[in-house]
Parts: sequence; structure tokens; C-alpha cells
Amino acid sequence: MKNIFKTLTKLGVVILAMTMVSCVSELDQEAPNDGNQTSSEEFFKDPTSYKQFLAKLYAGLAVSGQNGPAGSPDISGIDEGESQYIRGLWVMQELTTDEAIIAWNDKTIKNFHNHSWTSQDLFINATFNRLDFQVKLCNEFLRQTDEAKLNSRGVSDALKAEINTFRAEARFLRAMSYWHFLDLFGNVGLVTEDSPSQFFLPQQASKQEIFDFIESDLLASMEDMRVPNPASPDYPRADQAAAWMLLSKLYMNADVYINTNRYTDAMTYIKKVTDESGYSLASNYNELFLADNDRPAVRREVLFAVAFDGLRTKTYGGTTFLTHAPVGGTMVASEFGINGGWGGIRTTSAFVSKFNDAENDTRGQFHTDGQTLEIANVGTFTDGYAIKKFKNVDVNGNQGSDASGDFVDIDFPLFRLADAYLMYAECNLRGGGGDNATALSYVNMLRQRAYGNNSGNVSSINLNFILDERARELHWEGHRRTDLIRFGKFTGGSYIWPWKGNVPNGAPTASFRNVFPIPASALNGNPNLTQNAGY
Amino acid sequence: MKTIYNKLLLLVLLFPLSILAQSTFTGTVLDQVSNQPIPGVNVVVEGTQNGTSTDFDGKFSLNVKKGDNIVFSYIGYKNYTLVYTAQKDIAIRLQEDASQLDEVVVIGYGSVKKKDATGSLTTISTEDFNRGPLVSADQLIQGKVSGLQIINGGGAPGEGAQIRIRSGSSLSAENNPLYVVDGVPLDNGGGGVQGGRNPLSAINQNDIESVTVLKDASATAIYGSRASNGVIIITTKKGKSGDMKVHYNANFSVGQVSDYVEVLNSKQFSDFVMLQGSPAQQALLGTANTDWQKEIYRTALGTDHNVAFSGGVDNINYRASVGYSDLSGILKEDNFQRVTLNTNLLGKFFDNHLKVEFTNKTSSNKNNYSNREAIGAAVSFDPTQNVYDTTYGYDYFQWLDFSDPNVAIPNQEVNASRNPLSLIEQKTNKGTQYRSIGNVQFDYKLHFLPELKAVANFGYDYSSGKGYGSTAANYVVSGQRSSNYNNLEEKKNRVMDLYLNYNKTFDAIKTNLDFTGGYNYQNFNYINSSFVNDVVNNVVIPGNSSNETVNLQSVFARAIFSINDKYLLTGSIRRDGSSRFSEDNRWGNFPSAAIAWKINEESILKDSKIINDLKLRASWGITGQQEIGKRYPTTPLYLNSTETASYQIGYDASGVPVYLQPYRPQPYNLNLKWEETKQLNIGLDFGLFDNRITGTAEVYKKNSNDLIVFTSNPQGVGFSNADFYNIGDMEFKGIELSMDVYPVRTDNVKWRIGGNITFQDSEVTKLNLVQSADSQGLTDVGGISGGTGNYVQNHQVGFAPFSFYVLEQTYDVNGAPVEGVYVDRNQDGQINENDLYRYKKPAADFYYGFNTDFQYKNFDFNMSWRGSYGNYNYNNVYSNFGNVSTSLPGNGNYLNNASTNVLETNFVSPQYASDYYVQDASFLRLDNVTLGYSFPNALGEGKNLRLTGAVQNVFIITDYKGIDPEVSGGIDNNLYPRPRTYTLGLNLNF
Repeated sequence: MKNIFKTLTKLGVVILAMTMVSCVSELDQEAPNDGNQTSSEEFFKDPTSYKQFLAKLYAGLAVSGQNGPAGSPDISGIDEGESQYIRGLWVMQELTTDEAIIAWNDKTIKNFHNHSWTSQDLFINATFNRLDFQVKLCNEFLRQTDEAKLNSRGVSDALKAEINTFRAEARFLRAMSYWHFLDLFGNVGLVTEDSPSQFFLPQQASKQEIFDFIESDLLASMEDMRVPNPASPDYPRADQAAAWMLLSKLYMNADVYINTNRYTDAMTYIKKVTDESGYSLASNYNELFLADNDRPAVRREVLFAVAFDGLRTKTYGGTTFLTHAPVGGTMVASEFGINGGWGGIRTTSAFVSKFNDAENDTRGQFHTDGQTLEIANVGTFTDGYAIKKFKNVDVNGNQGSDASGDFVDIDFPLFRLADAYLMYAECNLRGGGGDNATALSYVNMLRQRAYGNNSGNVSSINLNFILDERARELHWEGHRRTDLIRFGKFTGGSYIWPWKGNVPNGAPTASFRNVFPIPASALNGNPNLTQNAGY
Repeated sequence: MKTIYNKLLLLVLLFPLSILAQSTFTGTVLDQVSNQPIPGVNVVVEGTQNGTSTDFDGKFSLNVKKGDNIVFSYIGYKNYTLVYTAQKDIAIRLQEDASQLDEVVVIGYGSVKKKDATGSLTTISTEDFNRGPLVSADQLIQGKVSGLQIINGGGAPGEGAQIRIRSGSSLSAENNPLYVVDGVPLDNGGGGVQGGRNPLSAINQNDIESVTVLKDASATAIYGSRASNGVIIITTKKGKSGDMKVHYNANFSVGQVSDYVEVLNSKQFSDFVMLQGSPAQQALLGTANTDWQKEIYRTALGTDHNVAFSGGVDNINYRASVGYSDLSGILKEDNFQRVTLNTNLLGKFFDNHLKVEFTNKTSSNKNNYSNREAIGAAVSFDPTQNVYDTTYGYDYFQWLDFSDPNVAIPNQEVNASRNPLSLIEQKTNKGTQYRSIGNVQFDYKLHFLPELKAVANFGYDYSSGKGYGSTAANYVVSGQRSSNYNNLEEKKNRVMDLYLNYNKTFDAIKTNLDFTGGYNYQNFNYINSSFVNDVVNNVVIPGNSSNETVNLQSVFARAIFSINDKYLLTGSIRRDGSSRFSEDNRWGNFPSAAIAWKINEESILKDSKIINDLKLRASWGITGQQEIGKRYPTTPLYLNSTETASYQIGYDASGVPVYLQPYRPQPYNLNLKWEETKQLNIGLDFGLFDNRITGTAEVYKKNSNDLIVFTSNPQGVGFSNADFYNIGDMEFKGIELSMDVYPVRTDNVKWRIGGNITFQDSEVTKLNLVQSADSQGLTDVGGISGGTGNYVQNHQVGFAPFSFYVLEQTYDVNGAPVEGVYVDRNQDGQINENDLYRYKKPAADFYYGFNTDFQYKNFDFNMSWRGSYGNYNYNNVYSNFGNVSTSLPGNGNYLNNASTNVLETNFVSPQYASDYYVQDASFLRLDNVTLGYSFPNALGEGKNLRLTGAVQNVFIITDYKGIDPEVSGGIDNNLYPRPRTYTLGLNLNF
């Protein structure tokens, strides 16, 4: 009897102990049990995970979070649409110039045109953080796909080979974001896959160091990218032509970035783009900015695009922003394949005056009905001509895939062959090599396409002409600020346009504004960063 | 049956005594106020063992001699003595004794006599509850407790509230107190899922016996991991032994809008547009005279019924109740329906050694939320337009885009606001919710050691709900036509407490020891899924579903020493583990200690006629917090995207684009650990003049450390631009005073005046990963309406949290603000973000409540006032609608009505950052006035009826310019107006 009691007691103690132990183990919650959130260990067990992760590296350029169009944002502390890569880049590259002006009251957005932004600016902060987000994603991709990790997961050789291409693309995407960093902010922290993966305070790299990193990393990885193919079934993934273009742009602006003339190097890679890539001009300029601009006949000109889709890739940034925001006044929304305009963006008379032949040059697509040429009030949409560049309709005028007319299908061309042609011409004029006849012929190819005949052809070109031609050809594609800086016309008084410096007719601005300030929140987060001069 | 049995027994027992020529004295004992019979009253002949107790009808019968002093005593009542002079069948009315009320208060894992409590806690019970069409515990005690501030979210029925005990303790993590309902700690914020409203409305207010608010660390530390923000313990009513009693409660209420936002009327608006607008805009004007606010609001009716059955049979007491509420909001369509079922069974077995208690609270809600967008739209919609317009088949007048001459039926004007009534009538938002909270508790006093009690408590809280809605097929926004959405949510919360309690008095050392020690387990499971049916595109878009779990486990111990009934010592320690943190940081230790000195027990005061109660208390303790929103903040996770955030990666063999749903690495911080709050509290409880004046004074200081703040990552570090770090410190200080005074307390008249006031101050003392001099603090707080991403608040070291962060407006000679002209505070010659400064804060310097009860015979009258001082609001209605450009927008062909404020400022453009809009929101509100009359024995013996009439939100005194100064968070943006409500109440007991 006593024994039985003892046994029972022991049994009780063991059961209680086991319950307690199993209870305590419940404190180890590995991951949610929903299939949508996976522990990294589980995630990489699936061979398709690498491509799904790579997709995020590209999607980071297109969407603002994991729940398109909004929700589960990548960047916090700002309206999601405003944190989208293309939109952030665009407002900094275009609203600061003669090409665009905006009517809205969103925070400090008018400071861009006024050249009065500060380190507190949330738009600048958002773009800074978006670039940083991309770099961090790419670093993590490279960490998760290094040789040792892949071996430990038993990844097959075939998949390894594919992942090797992915890694080269990740390095290209990272180089592109570092280039944007360099161009917009100058010197920032340089963090790579070899940096600590846990909390640390990165050192600020000099512009030279960032320049060198972009150059060497591109040179080291571009061979592993896919060979250029304008009709590639892998669109919109980047191929070697995109890397060549990026490198050319780096060299092209080397004088601005590191006070060193690298036009000859630029020419080397521009030539690769023009001569070896196989890409060719689309036959119609305006079709480059339509809902179906991913058609082979159009994308054969686009060296690297960010793809959008009205149903599958939804965002309030990107081309949805670029299509809705410039529509207002008497413009007919259905012509743009959307349900209505947001009545924000127009252009200045300085830009309009670049088109002395607007009736014949099909690139000058102004909407003037009900609009005034000059801008009396920045906040009034009808002050200033509107621009009809991005349209969410196909070549036949049919609206894009989203029947509600909210989100658009237009892919955004980051790099186009036309840009390479104009870079060739400029590089040639700046003594980078090549020959003048080719330069002239490239320029005339663009003009011929724009005019539909050779009536707009020119017989000679000079640098000022190239700058204006770049405005005509590439306006609203996110190049203008960089171009104006390269020509010394962004700040200072050598070139003014309406409302530059917050004055109706324009006023000179200080040259320290050639770079943006490091955002205050980044300085707060890392005391190793020092602010750019002047801010 | 039992009564008869008892009576027979009594008769048999008393029979021999009657032979001794004694008389039988009979009568009934009643409550003096309610005239209800009181069962169980001791009736004893003074100085003898001769006594009895009243039965369940309050009746007694006792053999006595003439000249005997007969004493009637009952806990909570004053003793009553009479001399027997052959009275027969008399009614004895006992008077409540305020000094004995609230004898026992619940604390975590046990209870304590109020006079022996060492911590800071306040109990509010049934008779002190607020009255009116209230549906949740927080509404019952609003304004009644010092150190507790409750700001409800607006005037919708069953609306949730911001509830703060001593300002909370965190910056960006949870600031809601922990709720414990009959021993079941609820999920943070009280739980609640899709389809519901105030989570606390799951517990029928009629079933609540008392609400206890635990404030200092000594009182709360026993709840360690979840106690930093204080604890609110809700205890429901239990059955009392005796015949079945039936209580029926009914309320009928009528609510009306008490104030409208001042906007331009039709004529004023026409004049305004004719003066300021372009010809195109002038052409948009209509000729109607529509008051949109009157169109969307209505008189709201409500009714609430509750029937409770309670009693005791043999060794089992029971109480069960059914409640039904149907309350409409003043916003058209807004409706709240609730059915509640509450059961409580208490069984005592083995000679009262084993107590088993079973409780269950089940509720089912049906909500129609109406469409809150209409509130803002009604402010800004053009008053010159008609409500209805059938020309284009939209039924309602809407702003349309006529720019395309080729379309017969024009589309919506995208940037315009929509017809407020169409928002309500063409877009539905509804919800259903089911919730069940229950537990079973075994309480076993060991047979061989009755001082030792073993307690096992198993509880659960299960909720499931659905939020859903749809849009009419002819709604003006083409993309939303016929679309519908569905959000499903489920929460499963399980709790287990196992503890031992040892309570023994050691007479030799005049010490009582009350020791409790045990183990606590809690598991929370959260399941969500949703979809949107986009009918226009014919696609169903599922949201990311989730299924997440948080687990908490703890061991705890507490000892209370009571020495000589003068000195009290309490010490507790709790060790908590949370699944949120990695193994290295998982466990936190949370100790507390308190002492109390009952000065009135000292010999000098023992016989004082003035001071009958005086207790000095001091406590110190540390509590923790792990409730930071994210449930897996230390785990590396990859998150899938929705289908709508896919990205094209190439084409398939047939040329169709291939879209992948990208996975994103999620931010995590391996080093995250507990937030800790140290709290020091000194309190004094006093009772004077036979407790005609009672009160409490408290001083506290809290220091929260390692606060989890969502802050910027260094560039290049982490997976997003910001992440959670334990970097913040805050300091909270306060003084709380509360007092109850009975100027008159006689048999027929009772008058009580009660009041409380709380002075509070909080300051951020550390904020950044790295402290830098030119840091602006955390700026992205206090988002407002107007533009996108405009913020007006800020957290900064040295300032109150959520300080307004604005530009200093300059004014002209007439005192009118000058548009766009601000003080250049940093004197750099330009006005920009660097000139922003911290100006005022939404938190009050002090807040207060006072109330009074007056009873005369069967009449009673009650009034509650509430106020606050030094709190400011940002008037977002003014800043958004008080300028010309918002009313005459340049981005489309439509008009917006303006706040009348535009006539004062004449601002052309919005000046969101101006401190002009930061307005003093101090106020004093007469919350409630109630008049009641009791009809004792109205429907027969022991069947009492009480009628009450109440007015809620009677009036408000304030300088604030918006419709209501009471706005949680300090940003006044289209608050759902709080109605003035008239309630008729009926209360029947039999």
C-alpha cells in the first residue's frame, strides 16, 4: 500500500515535471504558423526561395511594401506611396529643376522647387531610406547565397549556376543604388555583404571610395550577368547592357563625383551599349510611355526598366504617380487610361521654351487648354503647361489592365538606348573619343523619330544643344538634376527658371545644394556620419 | 422549500425555550435605503448566547424577555440595538456603514482587507458606477478614480476608449492597463477582434460587481510581466445563498447631437466662392441649402435589458443572467447589438474545504459601423448642392468629371470628397463578434493543514469575429462598385494559475503571515485572414493571413506580514519569461516591497473621536513590459507578399508574364529585452469623524527604462530604416488626491460629496541609440489630415511625449494670424523645419472628477462632473478646412465647404504647422445627472421597483474651438460627436 502510494507520488512528480518542461518549451516560438512568415532556415530549404528573394530585390524598385498598393511597408515613417523608389528618385531629380513643379501641400514638397530643403525633409529621408533598403536587401541576398551557405543547404549545381547569375544581378542592383546615393547625397556609409550582420555603426565612406566600389563591383560581376538580349524572356531582369550603361553613367559624371575626367572610360562602355548590346530604338517615341511598353517592339530600346502592373504590381508611387499626378484642369482622364487626375505636376516655361518647334516635335506633348504658360501660383494646377507623357493606354487607346483606372501598367525606363546615344554625343564633345559624325547621326536618329521625318535634323551639335536635347528627349525620366549639375547649371545663377529659389522668375541658389543633406534621422542613427557642407 | 425547512428546524429547536415563559419576538430586517430584506443578519440578546439570524426574506424570530437589549449586526452595516418591550413584527432598518464598506479588496492571486492593503488601489462597486446607456466597465468608472484617465473615442455606442493609469509607462509599446476578469487576464487592451467595438463590452455592465484599479508597483508587481501600466480587476456578481432572486434592469435612451462643427452655410459659402473663386468654380455652385451634418446625424434610440437569477441551493450558489442591448448611434445606420450570457456557479464541498467556482461570460455582437468617412465629408461638402441627383444614375449628387465630352455618364472627380449621405447609404461596414471568457477555479484548504490552501485556476478567453462590408453597384467611384471585403479574426487565450496560499496568525509574536507562491502560464494565439473582392476587375484579392502565438510563463511569490495589526509588510517577486525575446533575454525579475503603518491603531489615536482611520503607506517595485506589437521581434523571418505586390520575373514559354510573390527578410533585433518600470509610491489613507470624511493622498514617481522605441537604424544596418531598440527612458510623476465627505448622514437623508484630482507630469529622458546634440527627436508622430504624411507632434528628451512640434505664428496688430509668417527661431534668415518648436502637449497638467449623491427617503439624486486642465489639442478641422485653397481646389472641378475659421484667418493656403491651431482644450463637463425613486414592495412584499431618469453629457464648459475638447492623442480630426443622452431606467427585484 505504502509502495503504491510512493509510486503514485513519483509518477505524479514525473508527470508534473514533464508538463512543466513542455510548457517552458512553449516559450520557444520559432515562427508563425501561417505559411506567409517563414523562419529563414525553413525558407531557404525551398529551392524556389532564391528566385522569390531575388524578386524582392527587383520589387523593391517598384512596390512600397508587401501588401500592394499599401500595407506592410518596407520603409516606415512616411506615406507609403512617397517611399517608392521611382517616385522618391523622381521628385528629387525632377521637381528640383525646370522640368517640373508640383501644386500639392504635402509636407515640404514645394521646397524641392524652391531649393530650400533641409536635413529634416521627409521626402529626402524616404529616398535615402529606400536606397538603403535596397542595399541592405542585396547584401542579405549575397550573404544568404555565398558558397558555404549554399553547400550547407545542399543546393544542386544547376541551381548554383542560376544563383550565380542572381548574385551578379544583386551586385548590379546594389551598385545602382550606391550610384544614386553618390549622385544625390555624396558620401554615405559603405556597407557590403562582408560588413557585420548585427548592429554596428558603419563609417562614412568618401565619394572616391563609393565611386571605386561601384566601379570595381560592377567590373567584377558584370561578366556573370546574362548577355544582352533585347528580346529576352527574362524581362525585366537586368542583363550586361544595364551594367554597361550604369558604368558609363558613373564615368560620365566622374568629374562631378570625384573631380576626375573619365570620359574615355565612359565612351568605352557607351560603345558597348550602342554597338554590342543588340538593343535598338523603338520606332515611335510616345509608345515608350504607354501601358503596353513591354511589347518587344518597344522594349528593344529599354536597357533596364522597372515593371508595373495595374493588378499585380500595385503602388501609389512609380508610373501610377507619374500618370495620375500630371493630370488635371481640362485634361481628359480617360485619355490617360485612368479614373481621374491628381492635379499636381506641370512644367515651367523654361522647359516649354526648349521646344521652339513643338508642333512638329512629337516629344513636346503639352496640354495648354485652360493652362497658362507662366506660373502665378505654384499651388494652382492650371498655372503652367501640363505634360502628357505617361499614358495608361495601349497603342490602340485601350485602358490598362486595372478596370478601376487606379493603377497603371506602364513600365518605367530607367535606362534607354536614346540616352546612350546622347551620352555618346556629349562624351564625344567633351573629348572622350568616338567620332563626331556618329555623334551627329545618333542625335539625328532621335530627332528623326521625333519629327517623323528629317525636317528636325541638325547639322552640328554643341554641349548646350546636347543639354537641351536631353531635356527634350529624356524629360521626366529622372535625369534632369544630374544633367544640370554636370553642366554646372543646377545651382548658382548661370541658369535660372521660374520659381527656382522661390521667386516667380527664378533666382540663383547656393552651390552646396548640388548634393542633398544627409537626413537628420540618419545622423541621429549613426554619429560616424557627418553632414554635407552647407547644411 | 429550504426556507420552510429552516423555519421548521428553528421551531423545533426553539420549542423547549418557549416553555420558560418567554415571548417570541419577530420582525423583518431591511436595508434602510433600498428597503430590501437582508438575509443573514445576526440577532442576538446582548450579553448572552441567545441569538439567531435572519432568513432569506430578512425575517427573524427570537425568544426574549422584556427589557432585553437586542443587537442586530451585519457586515457592512452599523449595529442597531433596541430594548424589547413586547414589540411585534416590527421592521428594523439597518444603515450602511461607510467605514465597513469595501471591506475586502481583490488583489492579484488573492484578496486582502482594505484596511490591510499596502498598495495603492481603488475599488469602485455597483452603487458608485456611472449610469446611463453604458456598455462597458471603463464607462462605469470614468472620472471616479484618481490616477485613472479614460477618454472614449467618441460618441458611437460601445466605442473604445483610451485608458491610462498614471499616464501609462511606455512610449511606443503598450500603454493600456492589464485587465483581469474574474481571474482571467485578458489580452492587451482587453482583447477584442474584428467585428467588435470596445473589447470590454463583452462583459455586460449589469453583471459587474466591482472594478478595482491597482496603481502602484506593490499592488501590480504580482502581475509582473504585464503590470507596468497598472491593472484593472473586474469582478462579476455572484449568487448568494437563499431563494432565487430575480433582478431585472432596463434602460431606454434617446441621444441627440449636442454640437455641430461650425461651417459656412449655403449663403455664406456662395458669397465666399463668388468673391474668391474663379469663374469655373463659381459655375459649380448649386442653389440648394443643405446642412450636411444634419443630413448624416439623427436622434438615436437605445435599449438595454438584463435579467439575472441568483440564489443558492444546498452548497451551491448560482447566478445567471441574460442581457440584450440595442443601441443606435447618432450617425445614421450606426448600430450596436449585443446579447450576453453570464453564469457563475460556486460550490463548496468537504466541509467547505474545497471551493469550486465556475464562471462564464459569453457575448455575441452585431455591429453596423456606418461609414465614419461621412463625418469629415459632411464638414467639407458643398452646402449649395442637393442631397439627391438622379441624372446620371448615381442617386446622389456627386462631383463628376465632365472633361471628356464623349462620355454620356461622367466618372467621379477623383480628388473630390463624396456625398456624405452616399458614403453612409452606399457603403456598408458591418461586423459580428463572438466572445467567451471563462474559468474554473479549485480552491482547496488542506484537511490536515487548513492554513494552507492550494488553488488551481484554468481559464480561457476565446474571440472570433468578422468585419465585412460592400459598396453599391451604382456608387460613384467606379473602382469600388459592388466590391466587398471580409476580415476574419480569431484569438485564443489560455491561462493556468497554480499556487499555494498559507495564512496563519502567530499569536506569540502577534503576527499574521499571508504567503502566496505559484506558477502562471498564458498562451495567446492570433489568427487573421482577409480578402477584398474587386468586382470591377473580377478578382478576389486575399490579404496575407497570419497565425501567431505569444507565450508567457512566470513563477511568483508574495508574503504579507501584519504585525500587531499596526505594521504591514508586503514583499513580492515574480520571474517572467516571454516568447517574444531570445533565450538570453527571455527572463526578467520583478520585485516589489511595501510597508504600511496603521497609525490609528497606536494608543494615542486609538480612542480618538476625530481620527478613526489613518494609514501611511510606502511602496517600491519594478514591473516589466513585453507587449510591443510585434510578436516575433527577435526571430529572423521572411514575409511573403500579397498577389498585388508581385513582380514580373520573365515570361513563360507561351509569352505570358510570370509574376512572383516576393519574400522579404523581416527586421529583427536579437538583443531586445524587457522594458522596466521602477515605481515609488507614498500614500496616506484617512478617515475622520466616524468616517464622515475619508480620503487618500498619493505621490508617485515612475521611471521607465529600456523602453522599446521604434527608431532609425544606422544606414546599412538591419532590414528596414527603423527597428525596435531598448533605448528610451521616461519619467512620470504625479500626485493624486481623493476624498469622500458626508455632510449629512441620517436615517432619512444621506448626502455624499466625492472628488478626486490627479496632477501628472511625464517627460522623455532618453531617446536615441546615440545621443546627438542636433537631434530633433522622433518626429513622425501625430499624423494629421490634409496633404500626405504631415505630422505635428514629436518626442524629445526633456519634453513631454507627443509635444506639439510646430512653427510659432506671428500676429498682426488686430491679433489675426499673418499667413505664412513665423518666428525665425533659429535666426538663420529662413523659415523651415529647423524653426519648429515644442509647444504644449495633449496630456493634462491635472484632471479631476467630482460627484455627489443625495438621498432623501426614497428619492435619490446623483451628479458627476469631470474635467481636465492644461491639455491642448491640435484643431485639425480648422487647419484642414480653414483656408481658401482647400475650399477652392486647383486639382479638379469641385468645391469644399470651409470651417468658419477661414473668415477669421483668411488663410489662402493650408498652414498645417502653425501653432495657431494648437488650442487650449481644458474643460469641465457635467457628465451625468441622475434622479431616482424607489418603490419598496411595489409589486408585493419584497418586490421592489426603482425608476431612474438620467442625462448624460449634460454640458461642457471650455474655451476650446472645436466641437469637443476631449480627444485622445490631442489631434482633433472629425471626432464622432458625443451625443447628449436621456435615459429612463427601470430596476425590478423580486
